[in-house]
Amino acid sequence: MNWSWILPPSFSTVSGDIDGIYYVILWITGITFFITEALLFYFIFKYRHKEGRKATYDHGSTKMEIAWTMVPLVIVLWIGVVSKGVWDTVKVDVPAAGLEVIVTGKQFEWNVTYPGPDGALGTSDDFETLNELHAPEDQPIVITLRSEDVIHSFFLPEMRIKQDAVPGQDITVWFEAIQPGDYTIGCAELCGIGHTTMGGTLTIYTAADFQAWSSSQAQQQQP
Amino acid sequence: MSTIEQEMVHAAEGGHHDHHELPFIRKYIFSTDHKMIAKQFMFVSLFFLVIGGLLATMMRWQLGYPGEPMPGGMLLPDAMMAPTPNGAIMLPEFYNSLVTMHGTIMIFFAIMPLLVGLFGNLLIPLQIGAEDMAFPRLNMISFWLAVPAGILMLSSFAVEGGAAGAGWTSYAPLSVSGEWTGVYLGQQLWLASLTILGFSSLVGAVNYITTVINMRAPGMTWFRMPLATWALFVTAILILLAIPILAGALIMLLFDQTIGTGFFRPEVGGEPLLWQHLFWFFGHPEVYILILPAMGIVSEVISNRARKPIFGYHSMVLAIIGIGFLGWIVWGHHMFMSGMNPLLGTSFMISTMAIAVPSAIKTFNWLATIWKGDLHLDSPMLYALAFVSMFIIGGLSGIFMASTPVDIYIHDTYFIVAHIHYVLFGGSLFAIFAGITFWFPKMFGRMMNETLNKVHFGLTIVLYNLVFWPMHNLGLQGMMRRIYDFTQYEYLAPLQPMNQFISISVFLLVAAQSVYAFNFFWSIFRGEKASNNPWDSNTLEWTVPSPPPHGNFPEMPVVYRGPYEYSSPESDTDFYPQTKPPPSKPPVQELIPEPVTPTPEGF
Amino acid sequence: MTTQAMTAGRAPMPGMKVYNLKLGMWIFLLSEVMFFTGLIGSYIILRFAHPEQFAAPGQVLNINLTAFNTFLLICSSVTMVKAYAAIQQGDQQGLKNWLLATIVIGASFVGVQVYEYIALAGEGFVPIADAYHAVGRHMPHDGPAIGGQLYGSTFYTMTGFHGTHVSIGVLCLCFTYWRAAKGAYTADNLGGVEIMGLYWHFVDLVWIILFTIVYLV
Ligand code: HEM
Ligand SMILES: [Cu+2]
Ligand SMILES: [Cu+2]
Repeated sequence: MNWSWILPPSFSTVSGDIDGIYYVILWITGITFFITEALLFYFIFKYRHKEGRKATYDHGSTKMEIAWTMVPLVIVLWIGVVSKGVWDTVKVDVPAAGLEVIVTGKQFEWNVTYPGPDGALGTSDDFETLNELHAPEDQPIVITLRSEDVIHSFFLPEMRIKQDAVPGQDITVWFEAIQPGDYTIGCAELCGIGHTTMGGTLTIYTAADFQAWSSSQAQQQQP
Repeated sequence: MSTIEQEMVHAAEGGHHDHHELPFIRKYIFSTDHKMIAKQFMFVSLFFLVIGGLLATMMRWQLGYPGEPMPGGMLLPDAMMAPTPNGAIMLPEFYNSLVTMHGTIMIFFAIMPLLVGLFGNLLIPLQIGAEDMAFPRLNMISFWLAVPAGILMLSSFAVEGGAAGAGWTSYAPLSVSGEWTGVYLGQQLWLASLTILGFSSLVGAVNYITTVINMRAPGMTWFRMPLATWALFVTAILILLAIPILAGALIMLLFDQTIGTGFFRPEVGGEPLLWQHLFWFFGHPEVYILILPAMGIVSEVISNRARKPIFGYHSMVLAIIGIGFLGWIVWGHHMFMSGMNPLLGTSFMISTMAIAVPSAIKTFNWLATIWKGDLHLDSPMLYALAFVSMFIIGGLSGIFMASTPVDIYIHDTYFIVAHIHYVLFGGSLFAIFAGITFWFPKMFGRMMNETLNKVHFGLTIVLYNLVFWPMHNLGLQGMMRRIYDFTQYEYLAPLQPMNQFISISVFLLVAAQSVYAFNFFWSIFRGEKASNNPWDSNTLEWTVPSPPPHGNFPEMPVVYRGPYEYSSPESDTDFYPQTKPPPSKPPVQELIPEPVTPTPEGF
Repeated sequence: MTTQAMTAGRAPMPGMKVYNLKLGMWIFLLSEVMFFTGLIGSYIILRFAHPEQFAAPGQVLNINLTAFNTFLLICSSVTMVKAYAAIQQGDQQGLKNWLLATIVIGASFVGVQVYEYIALAGEGFVPIADAYHAVGRHMPHDGPAIGGQLYGSTFYTMTGFHGTHVSIGVLCLCFTYWRAAKGAYTADNLGGVEIMGLYWHFVDLVWIILFTIVYLV
């Protein structure tokens, strides 16, 4: 059993930053947790009823109220500001260049469309894979995410990527992997009876291997 | 003289001494007495609490032992369980119904009616010194709308296609058509049931708000109101304004399903995200509906059992009000990954961060209340302190999810499930245990058995944490929620032992609740007889007999001070009831109006 | 006005400024505001997202007819005010007369709306067809059809819910009339009439907003 609060390893250019914020929050909340719980237990022990004990008659202190309003406020807002930068990188500032693919979710599979040799989507040399996403390392993969039926959620745990696929909407997601290997594709949003089976594999190649794989696929799938 | 006035004079002549017995049906079934309605809500919602627990147990069987035959599964119909020679195995569609109905029942039919229906009804009139609610008959209607809603909800298990299976959030378009889920009528019953229940809550909210504004006894100024009443008042306002949004959304979804309108159906241009916006615009205030009354109850119990004034009464009230306002502008934090404009995500993150602050303020004030107190660690206090301890965890985990980049990873994983249960089980439900135990003598005139309660407390707090703490870890390993068989994912398969551990703990946790159930029923009949004020409390409900008579107060109470004057040097005991006249000034007779026997309100 | 009579025999609490029924009605109306906000907000969002599904004013809907209906409803608000004014003077007969007028006009409003629905449905404008082709009064027959069903969905849901509110209002008015006929209301005891009026004016106000954004914009 893994009781650890350490995140499993991650392999994208942004995942380090995401994990970093996670650890910052883990430290802050962890310390807060230990202090408050320790105080709670200490007070329970120290001030438990004993014969002759009388509680202090005390209605509070404005100074303390201000202190414990302002300190948490500053801390959480600071977390917010730090978070904003990473969020913008992941979700707002989509890289202009990279491998563009279309991922379409439908009950209960992920369809991936690649641009083919001409590098452009929507042309006749496009090819497809089912429940597999193949991509090169060190290059942004810019995904247009779609759904054909209900909402699914495109989840790449090792890349720290998650984005709902919404029918009727084209949503852009991007990531850049930093190490070749096989990773998980999951669906994180309940999408029907077969939701549990809606997984797949993300395969990251070196740039050269990806070239080779891509052209062989393009050949095979030529009509 | 009009008929009403004639009735009135007649009633006044009868006076309040004439307490003729009501017929059984008026007293126990169609009662207009707020205390009886409170008890009715209590029994019905405790029943639903048990049902919700059983649903969870079945769910946990599947997660702990994926694909293995469930003990007793043969008793369930084939539409839920696939029979095999070794026993019956749960079907994924039934699992989806379980997830959906567990969440729905617990939130709408157990926790919410316990907090609002039970404690709202029981405490508001008693704590402000009113003879009943402003509209007793509306109050009765509120309960009798909730009952058919509950029956409809449960009946959906029995219909063709089974109960709703799109999650308690019923995201469109999954929830729009049985084409996607295999559930047709079940989903419609879900929608109809919640619409009716919404109406019930709404009627209740109108009643509570009117009562608090209009029916306070002389001297019961706003800032002398007990925090439980404050919290219930703000909760009622949230219900009043949030429920109609939900009702509108439910009806639109129902139309999409039945007559084929297009609101949430993308194939005809509808907007699935519109459902989410409407749902969470209601949904986030809803989660505060589920915690504010709990905070109020806990404040009462902690101050009383610490024999010390609540620390920072005014900031406690302001925090409640602050949550009431901020709660309206944070709904987008449920939708960070939904495809909503990511720039909006940032503003929702900031407002969500801000709303963590009032929660922090309240926590620190509870800590400071027990600091230098004289803590009587009997069972209500233990439950209340457990609330504080668990709420700290739930509040802190909220910060992880509020941070948009971190939420990318943990959204829709078991981390969320852990958060929900730390605030709703560790939070709301522990407060409910505290509240029921604390006000049990007032409701039934008898005390609950202290030893049994301590046993129940010990078992529950330990097992509860064994169940829900590891869910954080599951989430951090990437295990998604609402998943029928996580072992289908290779990277999740190693989580099997931990899931099994959780499931076993759940079975024990559920079993341990029988201690409370036994104690509850046993004490109603056999508990030690309670005095009017067994906890030496200051608030008004403890000045009247246990249980209070119809009309509550033999004469109109007059309030001289705030509710938390414990250990005041001005008093010779360590409490100082709100109604006790100050030593110097004799009671102001003129302030007390003639008591009049309550009669039902006219139209 | 004795407060006791207004609280129907319950001891008025000190400091009570507005009697319970009236306060309760105000509070209830707040939630009604939220209900219509939800519906209207959804309409606005859908319309912005899919302007092509919504017809221009007057293309499908008959503005003149509904303008007349709006006028009717406003008149009924006036008669409701008159009813309240009458009972304030203790004029029970006047109350009954004006209530009756309000009932008749309110019911006519519902009638006109039903007529409108039937006429629109006859032209093909329904909430459910997968793609209707409304042969609207001022639609160029060779022009682009309005496709999709968002227009119909939102139109019928919003006006339908309003119509339901008016219908319920008419039923309550009948009840109030029945009570008035029994002499239940006096200058001192007119809470029932007052809250009826509050509800009625609210429904009227909602209609003016709906008429503007659904028919005119
Ligand atoms: C300290 C303040 C809190 C913060 C910052 C906070 C934050 C959040 C966030 C960001 C989410 C969405 C997570 C996601 O789906 O990715 C969430 C979910 C949730 N929160 Fe909280 N929360 C707080 C307190 C509470 C309280 C007091 C309650 C209830 C009593 C509550 C009940 C819930 C529930 C039920 C959900 C899950 C809804 C669902 O998706 O099914 N939270 N919370
Ligand atoms: Cu899925
Ligand atoms: Cu929320």
